[in-house]
Amino acid sequence: MKTTPLITRRSALITGLASLGGLLLPGCSEPLPPTYGNILRMGDTLTYAAHRALLPGRSLAREYRPEDISSFPATGTTNPGDPANPKSSAEYRQLQQGAFADWRLQVEGLVERPGAYSLADLKRLPSRTQITRLTCEEGWTGIAQWTGVPLSRVLDAAGLRPSARFVCLYSYDDWADSIDLLDALHPQTLLAYGMNGRDLPVAHGAPVRLRVETQLGYKSMKYLRRVVVKDVFDDGGAQGNIQNGWSWYAGI
Amino acid sequence: MQTALARPLPTAADEAPPAAAAGHALWVRITHWMVSVSFLALVVSGWVILMCHPRLYWGEVGNDLTPALLELPISRNHRHGRWAAPVPFFERTGSPVSASRTGEIFNQNSWGRSLHFLAAWFLVLPGAAYLVAGVATGHFRRHLAPRAEEWTLRQFAQELKDHCRGAVRKAGGGPRYGLLQKSTYCGVVFLVLPLAVVTGLAMSPAITAAFPFLSGMFGGHQSARTLHFVASVLLVLFLIVHVVMVVASGFRRQLRAMTLGDSP
Repeated sequence: MKTTPLITRRSALITGLASLGGLLLPGCSEPLPPTYGNILRMGDTLTYAAHRALLPGRSLAREYRPEDISSFPATGTTNPGDPANPKSSAEYRQLQQGAFADWRLQVEGLVERPGAYSLADLKRLPSRTQITRLTCEEGWTGIAQWTGVPLSRVLDAAGLRPSARFVCLYSYDDWADSIDLLDALHPQTLLAYGMNGRDLPVAHGAPVRLRVETQLGYKSMKYLRRVVVKDVFDDGGAQGNIQNGWSWYAGI
Repeated sequence: MQTALARPLPTAADEAPPAAAAGHALWVRITHWMVSVSFLALVVSGWVILMCHPRLYWGEVGNDLTPALLELPISRNHRHGRWAAPVPFFERTGSPVSASRTGEIFNQNSWGRSLHFLAAWFLVLPGAAYLVAGVATGHFRRHLAPRAEEWTLRQFAQELKDHCRGAVRKAGGGPRYGLLQKSTYCGVVFLVLPLAVVTGLAMSPAITAAFPFLSGMFGGHQSARTLHFVASVLLVLFLIVHVVMVVASGFRRQLRAMTLGDSP
């Protein structure tokens, strides 16, 4: 007796792959970082598009109890004021000597009200304190309490223009990086000025560092000096992740 | 490949031993080699990633300033000791500390991580297609699941003994497996590979923000990382035994069967 199959192998495969591909399509409406024809960057972009398409972007990262706070290595630049450091900055050293009273965070680009925020200005904005886990690309983790102003509050105060797509960040130790608006406006994304109940130590990025809880530690830039809102992707050139061989998106 | 694509719904007759002379199906061969290439890239890049921080922990937290479960002497980062004096965060005994790293470490994670995640796509997508097709075509039920009558301790012990003595059946060129073989394939396909994938996902800060149970069910981020390592060690051991058995049972014939689909 000849029977008509309900599910053939071929139809199962085609339907399966087509639906997987379909799930990724919404991610393509966002501007994607360039791949430079590099197959590793294509993989990074696929992961980014898949995360943006499949994950609910507003989920909060887990927060911990005070007794979960752990020891915490300081890596990368640990003091831009130290002249022995290849990425040292005389300007930073001067600010450090003045206890960061003269430090200003420039906020510019596609905002209605560009400006410079002092540490006191940032502390006057509503603050958020969270105990979260930093996941380093190297493989280690640490839990600390961070206090700061949500980046979204600062961007609100500056007035984002509708064409804004990326928030670019620049540091005193000469790095450039950017995050998309979804991460920039995430409620746990902070401009952090406090760590474990005290001022942010120099080793961990004083006076203000970024905290992006949905990505690896290297996206949480230390020693912030400038925030620029852009409508196009900017890889940061030689100071950015990509040209140093790293994935721009570090949610995995 | 001559296997019946479109099979009627299973009847009691299907439970009989499969007809002889069926080679490996095309989709099995394609997914087998895609996963193979991806797995080799995952092992190399995974090793490079582990070399950067060759310490394993249990729980949520683990770093150079906390005790390790296991320290692997596999790179110059092993107990490198390039740390400034620790500074306590709080004014109490046993306070967690901060310490600054004072020198460069081995770190090739830039390409290592990107290659790992690129290769992971070529494991996860063909792997998912393989699982769907394996169920839809009855491949798992007919070829991988041990039949009730062969599923005995005595049979298991006998095959184990034969394998250890090197008394291996010559390749039949298709999916007609012994009990030990079926059990091992089932363990790899349904337990160890899925464990590797899920513990991998459980280390992603974006994915665990959305699905916290992923790392929670393993007892934390570092537990997931340690289990990811255990799974990869098991998979490498499987690969070694797998290749040894392929050679022992007729390398040329096995390779032809898994590429061209030949069956004698």
